[in-house]
Amino acid sequence: MWDYVKIVLFGLIALLAAIAANYARDLAYMVHALIIFAVAAGMFIWAVRTTWEEKPAPAVNAEGYMDGVVRYGVVATAFWGVVGFLVGTFIAFQLAFPQLNFHLLGDGIGNFGRLRPLHTSAVIFAFGGNALIATSFYIVQRTSAARLWGGNLAWFVFWGYNLFIVLAATGYLLGATQSKEYAEPEWYVDLWLTLVWVAYLFVFLGTIMTRKEKHIYVANWFFLSFIVTVALLHVVNNLSIPVSIFGSKSVQVFAGVQDAMTQWWYGHNAVGFFLTAGFLGMMYYFVPKQAERPVYSYKLSIIHFWALIFLYIWAGPHHLNYTALPDWASTLGMVFSIVLWMPSWGGMINGLMTLSGAWDKLRTDPIIRMMIVSIGFYGMSTFEGPMMSIRAVNSLSHYTDWTIGHVHSGALGWNGMITFGALYFLVPRLWNRAKLYSLPAVNWHFWLATIGIVLYASSMWVTGIMEGLMWREVDANGFLVNAFADTVSAKFPMYVVRALGGVLYLAGALIMAWNLWMTVRKGEARMPAPAAAVAAE
Amino acid sequence: MDTYSWMRELADSWVLLAMFVFFLGVVVWAFRPGSRKDHEESANLIFRNEKTPAGEGLEEAKQ
Repeated sequence: MWDYVKIVLFGLIALLAAIAANYARDLAYMVHALIIFAVAAGMFIWAVRTTWEEKPAPAVNAEGYMDGVVRYGVVATAFWGVVGFLVGTFIAFQLAFPQLNFHLLGDGIGNFGRLRPLHTSAVIFAFGGNALIATSFYIVQRTSAARLWGGNLAWFVFWGYNLFIVLAATGYLLGATQSKEYAEPEWYVDLWLTLVWVAYLFVFLGTIMTRKEKHIYVANWFFLSFIVTVALLHVVNNLSIPVSIFGSKSVQVFAGVQDAMTQWWYGHNAVGFFLTAGFLGMMYYFVPKQAERPVYSYKLSIIHFWALIFLYIWAGPHHLNYTALPDWASTLGMVFSIVLWMPSWGGMINGLMTLSGAWDKLRTDPIIRMMIVSIGFYGMSTFEGPMMSIRAVNSLSHYTDWTIGHVHSGALGWNGMITFGALYFLVPRLWNRAKLYSLPAVNWHFWLATIGIVLYASSMWVTGIMEGLMWREVDANGFLVNAFADTVSAKFPMYVVRALGGVLYLAGALIMAWNLWMTVRKGEARMPAPAAAVAAE
Repeated sequence: MDTYSWMRELADSWVLLAMFVFFLGVVVWAFRPGSRKDHEESANLIFRNEKTPAGEGLEEAKQ
């Protein structure tokens, strides 16, 4: 029965997409309709060809863990990571050398304005999002002692999420954007993501509810809060009305300062719940596993969790200091940002102290070194962030490159490094290899990435503070001393250093991709343990 | 009173108090006497069931 429903469904979607492409009012919408048409038509043909065939007995072990989707997630993470870092490095060079805004592609496709959201979405949502989906699926199964709930729904989550990324990325290049930072995709892409995200919630919650362990491990609490909060943020911030159902343009429901507040409530909690809570879930599983000792204090992890989710949600207004936002709201945002120091550092201490009594592992195990450095960067950027939210500091730092440096010490240092650590942890286990292909290559990756981040962050501190000081400099008569263009030319050397930092970081990621590939292709199989017989799918 | 002012006053009085009390409750609950055994069990559950759902260790944990 379900097979017939599928055939009808795919056929209908393909037909509707073809009609939408025909009536499309703009190029981005037409390209998206054609992409959806191609996917649905392909699925339709596949469904027709397989429905009446005799089904072979499932070769997979339906009782074991569902790791196929995790493997795909790991591959997608590494792939999107390299793509995102590459685009980021390229736009860093565009800022230093504006000639790189090529006009060859016509219609602005290759310019900074369109590549920049491509970079941010590729690293946050494609690299980070795939990492979160893959690791959460891996962790929730192990800590619940249960197979993923919902059968093929997990595959829908993976492919649906990656289709969202393709639609978002092609949309940016073709100029479809709703101009909300980190929420640029237009209305129909948002609707699709909502559907995928609800499926993700069901798979995750269903697995927890069918768990065979008594307790819900703390990592799952963080993942769950990440999934629930992102759903809430995404829906509220993307409330918009399309101008036409055959066009990509939409109009926001909120306007003015309400819209700005909604956007930064979303924007800051994307940092707080996507890039922090979700990745803390990774930290609470992979660091103890790699260190082979339980987390330093489970009590602290409970308090860390509740304090973090109660406080983060209020910190958004610090993005709107000295704007039309009421003073009380901006003060609220500032105060809660500063109080956030406590849970952030509590979590950092919990992660770092997990190694207490085994600090020698830092010398011998480059993977644990990567994880510990990522926690260090977490501590540093969660110190820097609240400091920058203080209004007096913000008056200097806001709109300057200091903000960009802060974001990258968090994203490259914390999110990037913990994800690399997780990938190095997962690949040998998922492909049943005894160990990674090359540990020296992990070392190279570690140092290239660390030096890259240091170059990035320090050059952005220098240029950010310089720029802030130049903007506010007045002469004896109260006239501004510098024109905007003066700051632009003064920043040139730092922009080159920043781009070189990006090159180093990208080089590290390429080494990782090579190393993981060789681990899968050439790595020695794990010793024939009894577990190998129960191939996890 | 208009909706905005009403919600604003509710938020910075009763709702703030309720959330704060809830949080204190969590802290007390985390430190309650006898919680150590539960926490140790939770912290160590990541070291079993690595390869299969019914892996070794699950039975011991249930006892």
